[in-house]
Amino acid sequence: MATAQPIAAQEFSHVVSAHRQQIFRFLLASTRDVDLAETLTQDAFLKAFRNWASFRGESTALTWLMRIAINVQKDHWRNRRLQFWRTTRTNAVDVDEAGEFLPSGESSPEQQLLAREKVGKVWEVVKKLSGRQRTVFLLRYVEEMDIAEIAGATGLSDGTVKAHLSRALGRVRAELGGRA
Amino acid sequence: MNPEYSNDDKTSHAANGAASNTEDAKLEAVLGDFRASVHAWSEATYRNRPMVYSPVSRRALGQRSLAWSLSLAVVAGIASAGAYEYHQRDLAHQAVVQREAEHQRQLALEQHARDVDELLAKVESDLSREVPSAMEPLASLMAEDSTQ
Repeated sequence: MATAQPIAAQEFSHVVSAHRQQIFRFLLASTRDVDLAETLTQDAFLKAFRNWASFRGESTALTWLMRIAINVQKDHWRNRRLQFWRTTRTNAVDVDEAGEFLPSGESSPEQQLLAREKVGKVWEVVKKLSGRQRTVFLLRYVEEMDIAEIAGATGLSDGTVKAHLSRALGRVRAELGGRA
Repeated sequence: MNPEYSNDDKTSHAANGAASNTEDAKLEAVLGDFRASVHAWSEATYRNRPMVYSPVSRRALGQRSLAWSLSLAVVAGIASAGAYEYHQRDLAHQAVVQREAEHQRQLALEQHARDVDELLAKVESDLSREVPSAMEPLASLMAEDSTQ
């Protein structure tokens, strides 16, 4: 993994199979659009394959891939040609629909309903967060990355990551009816 | 210097701390549910739509498909325009041919009418010039009577 030399497609396929699902999950949570998440995941791995030589092993492969995925997503929205589609696209599922995928576990139907409602509220907050706050929030609370890893993936300082997290969490608290 | 709290303050702080802990625990639980929800959604989607790593990105494939579609649309448009033009010309040609045929038919009818008129006139003329042989003796008698 730490080699700076280009690796063969066969070797790269191991990297893909090891991290593809996680990258896809992050992009799916960021966009709420299955098709777009698939496309961006594909783009991210293509970019990773082309730039594998520049990976020096200073971070984990996942952090490096996550950074590429974040950039691919940013590029996607920055692309002027897609601005029209950004405003008119309807592929992103509704936050209520996204919250439907709560595993039932051993809780009662009432508890599940309550939990689903609260998850929907979290989605509402995530939807309204700024791009950077959303990225930091999802990396922390969905991908369970620590502050240093998030800083590595986003290119932000630890302090900035903490500040974004704190603000995002405050908004979630406020939405759930607690102290902001 | 440590501030000294009254018993009421201590109770209040303890109550606030307990409430805060409860709230944090609730928040953690909600965030845990949120995480589980995203994981379940991703898992379900990922399993149903297996992605294949391809050296050509989906966007590039999409652009190629779009280019092909546009090319086909242009070709179809040109072909349709050609067919339409041909059809229009064909219609115009047919109209000219039809007009010509109609004209010829009119001329033929007129000619036929003229021929019939000429024939009738000729018959009439021949009839008026021809003296029936059966009337010849009577005619000669009438001629003799007039001389006497």
